[in-house]
Amino acid sequence: MKRTVFPNRWLPYALVAPQLAVTIAFFFWPAFDSLRLSLYRASPFGDRLIFIGLGNFERLLADPAYFRSVATSFVFSALVTVLGLAVALLLAALANAKIRGLAIYRTLLLWPYGIAPAIAGVIWLFVFHPSFGVLPYVLSFVTAYQFNWFLKGWVALTLIVVAAIWKQFGYNLAFYLAGLQAIPGSVLEAASVDGAGPIRRFFAITFPLLSPVTFFLFTLNMTFSFFETFGLVHAVTQGGPGDATSILVFRAWKDGFEGLQLGYSAAQSVLLMLLVVALTAAQFRFAEKKVTY
Amino acid sequence: MKRSTLSMLAAAVLLVALPATSIAATEIQFWHAMTAVLGERVNEIAAKFNASQSDYVVKAVHKGSYAETLTAAVAAYRAKQPPHIVQVYEVGTQTMLSSGAVYPVYQLMKDNGVSIDWNDLIGPVKSYYSTGGNLYSMAFNSSTPILFYNKDLFKKAGLADKAPTTWDEVEGMAKKLHAAGVKCAYGSAWPSWVLVENMHGYHDQPFADHANGFDGLATTLKINGPFGVKMMELLARGAKEGWFTYGGRANKAEALMTAGECGIFTTSSAYIGNLTRAAEGKFAWGTGSLPRLSGFAQGNSIIGGATLWVMKGAKPEEYKGVAQFFKFVASTENQAWWAGVTGYLPLTNAATKALEASGHYTKNPNQKTAVNQMNAGKTTPNSQGIRLGNFTSVRDAIEEQMEYIFSGNKTAKQGLDDAVAKSNEILKEFAALYK
Repeated sequence: MKRTVFPNRWLPYALVAPQLAVTIAFFFWPAFDSLRLSLYRASPFGDRLIFIGLGNFERLLADPAYFRSVATSFVFSALVTVLGLAVALLLAALANAKIRGLAIYRTLLLWPYGIAPAIAGVIWLFVFHPSFGVLPYVLSFVTAYQFNWFLKGWVALTLIVVAAIWKQFGYNLAFYLAGLQAIPGSVLEAASVDGAGPIRRFFAITFPLLSPVTFFLFTLNMTFSFFETFGLVHAVTQGGPGDATSILVFRAWKDGFEGLQLGYSAAQSVLLMLLVVALTAAQFRFAEKKVTY
Repeated sequence: MKRSTLSMLAAAVLLVALPATSIAATEIQFWHAMTAVLGERVNEIAAKFNASQSDYVVKAVHKGSYAETLTAAVAAYRAKQPPHIVQVYEVGTQTMLSSGAVYPVYQLMKDNGVSIDWNDLIGPVKSYYSTGGNLYSMAFNSSTPILFYNKDLFKKAGLADKAPTTWDEVEGMAKKLHAAGVKCAYGSAWPSWVLVENMHGYHDQPFADHANGFDGLATTLKINGPFGVKMMELLARGAKEGWFTYGGRANKAEALMTAGECGIFTTSSAYIGNLTRAAEGKFAWGTGSLPRLSGFAQGNSIIGGATLWVMKGAKPEEYKGVAQFFKFVASTENQAWWAGVTGYLPLTNAATKALEASGHYTKNPNQKTAVNQMNAGKTTPNSQGIRLGNFTSVRDAIEEQMEYIFSGNKTAKQGLDDAVAKSNEILKEFAALYK
């Protein structure tokens, strides 16, 4: 790799300064502030601030509901990431074929990414709605089972998983398409000549060659499902029914911004941050070894 | 309909005319949480005030839901940019009282030499928002839950055109409605407020210790007693048998009633305004008092809605404007207008009389239902209101468990016990903050 050498000593610093300023103002400062706040019992309007050490963390770790929320987040994140990537890869492989009107298909498939999570949620809310949704109406001809996500936890969870996958789908597809196009045709042709069928070709050549893309998307989708799906849960299920869809980020928001228990909420966001940092580190440590660049 | 279109037009004209007349006027920020028809009414009353004088301009700003409005006010106060007036729901009362961030309304009025006859305020409103006999926030929109029923669906199920008065009747009628193919035979909005908080007050049952938090900071909920369990068992049975449809938290379930799918429905009396508009030309409806559970004492329903709090940190001349605005809002004429167009309770006895005298209640009998219900009840320490710290989280804990009960995942007793345990922990946190 060619090394760029700046003649001026200060220019490189000046060039990264804006980005650094943004990161400090919008990430490090709030992060340290919540770290500090997590050690206090704080009143909403800030008139009382009582240092309680790790009291907020103790309260959290003694609460079975918190561990249910951790479990829900992992299930949700795993479903969104694995199913989301599988569907995107399948459709990318199809969209990579030489068919008429390909450009139109690709554009249409990329579309959902342009939609905010909250709006994606509302669209699926209308599809699933127990009284005026299309899906319960169609299903009512097949079964007498009530798909009411106001009461049935698994229906609510399915709803937000589907909405999150759909929302993130365009992004995953774009990367997979680019990845597929970067695979040299000669390699695949050579495999064909050797007698490998389409399925064999996919698993022996395409999939391993796509592993950097998959790794990147995996990390990104996991972070997306832990954090950015907040808008979705907020707009659709509000964490319910019971606490069936109360993922960690929503819980932290609800206790802080609705319940106004600020220290308690800060402690949750600190734990959530540690958790995601640990997960990402683990992925780079272990999963990246299987990636061929 | 015609009248409301006209008044909307008038408001629009006034709003447009505003900038020209208000160049040197002092601006007063008024943050509120009213949506749909109610939001239009708030803009209207601000516009009327602005047109009535030229020293002050009240800017009514919609800040989202009640919870979001309170959070916005908290953030603004911490950033030293608070609004002058913020509308806070009854759930936030204790938070505001304890905060040290508010300018008590009785004090504001005294300091600015504006006199309002507080004794003319209706009893439940005065007792809910006063401390030591002094009013801390300006009564604005108070409502109480009542029962609504869809007359067309009643006819379809072969029921007489009469609202049920007891829960036994609700069950009997809802079963018939369900059998006649009605999708939502009985439904309710605001699950905790209507079915737990109000049902306890309405049957003279305690909701929390320290007289529901009026004698001191409450630390223990009382909702898992025989009454609470019986009430939840009834609803759980309804959910299981299909004659009670759970439609979500806050006012989400109102969409079912609005769409004409519910036979019997309980929600805030302030829903009258929205239902009137939504049901016009589609279905006929009526109202009645909340149903009673036999074998329990008579209490009273509890008011909900919101009041206007004045935040500390503004200039004296701005507070003068706030006091003038409150005086304007409290006038009999405006109170009668506000109650008449929204379905909220008239807050003063004089306004009730004015509505009575103008024949308003004869023309709009549904708006009298809440007033009658409150007058028929007995205000006791259990029904004067509920003041809890962290009440938003407590309500959330209750509704979470209600969902477990209605879906059959927990028994009524188990769910309520869990709700109490969780709530007590949340209350303890608040008490520790202000001990």
